[in-house]
Amino acid sequence: MWENSQSKERSRSIWLPRVVVVDSIEPEVDGVATYSLRAKSEDKDSTQFAPGQFNMLYIPGCGEVAISISGSSHDGTLMRHTIRHVGRVTNAIANLQPGSELGLRGPYGTAWPLAECMEKDVVLVAGGLGLAPLRPVIEAIVSERHRFHKVNLFIGARSPELLLFAKEYEAWTQADINVQVTVDRDPQELGYHTGVVPLLIDRWQPRDPQKLVAIVCGPEVMMDYSARSLQNKGLKGESIYLSLERNMQCAVGVCGHCQLGPDFICKNGPVLKYDRVKHYFAVRDL
Amino acid sequence: MNEKENEPKLWLDRHELQRIFDVLIDDGYEIVGPTVEQGAIIYDRISSADDLPKGIRDQQEPGKYRLEAAGDEYCFSFAVGPHSWKKYLTPPIMPLLRVKQKNSELEIEEVIQKPQKFAFLGVRGCELAAILIQDRLWLDPAHSDPVYRQRRESSLILAVNCTTPAATCFCSSMQTGPACRSGYDVALTELKAGFVIAVGTSSGAALVKRLPLRPATQAEMDEAKQSLAHAEAKITKQMPQVDEHSKLLKKLKHPHWQSVAERCLSCANCTMVCPTCFCHSVDDVSDLNNGDITRVRRWDSCFNLDFSHASGTPIRDTTASRYRQWLTHKLASWIDQFGSSGCVGCGRCITWCPVGIDLTQEVATLLEEPVDVGE
Repeated sequence: MWENSQSKERSRSIWLPRVVVVDSIEPEVDGVATYSLRAKSEDKDSTQFAPGQFNMLYIPGCGEVAISISGSSHDGTLMRHTIRHVGRVTNAIANLQPGSELGLRGPYGTAWPLAECMEKDVVLVAGGLGLAPLRPVIEAIVSERHRFHKVNLFIGARSPELLLFAKEYEAWTQADINVQVTVDRDPQELGYHTGVVPLLIDRWQPRDPQKLVAIVCGPEVMMDYSARSLQNKGLKGESIYLSLERNMQCAVGVCGHCQLGPDFICKNGPVLKYDRVKHYFAVRDL
Repeated sequence: MNEKENEPKLWLDRHELQRIFDVLIDDGYEIVGPTVEQGAIIYDRISSADDLPKGIRDQQEPGKYRLEAAGDEYCFSFAVGPHSWKKYLTPPIMPLLRVKQKNSELEIEEVIQKPQKFAFLGVRGCELAAILIQDRLWLDPAHSDPVYRQRRESSLILAVNCTTPAATCFCSSMQTGPACRSGYDVALTELKAGFVIAVGTSSGAALVKRLPLRPATQAEMDEAKQSLAHAEAKITKQMPQVDEHSKLLKKLKHPHWQSVAERCLSCANCTMVCPTCFCHSVDDVSDLNNGDITRVRRWDSCFNLDFSHASGTPIRDTTASRYRQWLTHKLASWIDQFGSSGCVGCGRCITWCPVGIDLTQEVATLLEEPVDVGE
């Protein structure tokens, strides 16, 4: 099921979406909701994806937006997309109702290195909405927990009420995932650890950094600092994976919008090794 | 030099030039070639030898383009103008999809373009190289463009060896010209009395069979060779012969990007006239009468502020960063992506830059700096 199902053979325009239907909408933190989408036709392959990949969602009259896949239903017929209503297309998505139809192309891009994580310790680091693309990894780990060794999940948000998927943390903890949370501010003094995510990494003692894979998703600055903290703990840059955000349009590396150095983030990414991108982070406005 | 330089060639008398048009039209080709429009030589649909820029010369300098009448019979005595063949292979504005919404049901279908059979007349060496570079993007089986593929496969390329390079040309240092190297069906060299013709493909051979040709004499072939040698000697501008790939990418923090930005208007002209720049956007256009929507592809440019953004914020919000993106992509990261430089040395970006920024000089300045700046 976790195979990259992106079609290699194509005779039609790369821009042609298929029609999908909103199955259900689940409100998350303020301004964020998760949309479960199902195929309109009987095309069985159309909801397959690998954790880390993204879809292009299309709202007629508004346009397309790249949204990472934040989970699937157990029977694999639904793909979930956790969306912050912040731009032209995502605000139009806020108007959708269960039963609404929209266009979808995908899945696209590279996946998190699940195979590489097996029989190793894993550290997952999420900032804000960056937890959304990590949830399929967490679900995969939970479903085959014995194949992964020690799993740490560090989650950061600006404030406690902005912690995404908070009601699932207990179940993840039950599945022997060490979930740790930090917030920038805890105004009501609810007892949260305060500070940025890299601080959680700094105070953590990994068992063997050579047998550890890191998966990091969040704002670019947060990922850069998290990766540096991970390197300070002895991880190699080639074992640290990030998911980059750009305005993907075509999603197959032909329109040019999402370039970073030699990479088209849509095609060579979004999941890339820290080694490959770290020197670009050091250059402003690249 | 021309790989078919020493093969026997054919000869077409100047007064028979119209026959090429007659045969192509007879074969159902739509001929696109150079013609004068609004003070520039552009590529447009033409139907007769009279449409060609007969006796016209061009004067090109950084930021300057002028035509003048020489009053002679030469039809191809100019260098490249503002258009390139990408205008016909990837139209600047092209509808891709039609979207209908009926009672909350969504219907999306592809806009099928009418097949086009073009004969491109007057394609220069640098432009053949540009087409081959664009092929790598648009014909990649993983995401090939159906319209590009159809047009590319059906089109006939009648190239012309460039004997009149402009002051902005630097094809010889990019190894793309002035002679046509590969990728043509036939290649013409214009002399005073007529044309020396080389055949590149079987389609080209089929075409020349129907033309009133005779074998070219040794003297004619020598004269053609000589005029190409003259052309090569006239080209003095050069791209610095360095490993731009590794060297330029070590100059990302060089202060010179800012000094270019003080002149650059971020107008995107260089990317529009560039024969290899491929960036594009797709947007929805609504029909106000019935609510139907067309998804339309348009050429876009990395010089536009909103070209690249993340989390609603532009990635490159300075002219310096956008110029750096364009130049390092064209000359360096293009090599990682497609296996060759994205520059063919046609000089259009120099001529059509309103302030005359010359990329060859900017590269030279960037590489002069002995210390590495910002690896």
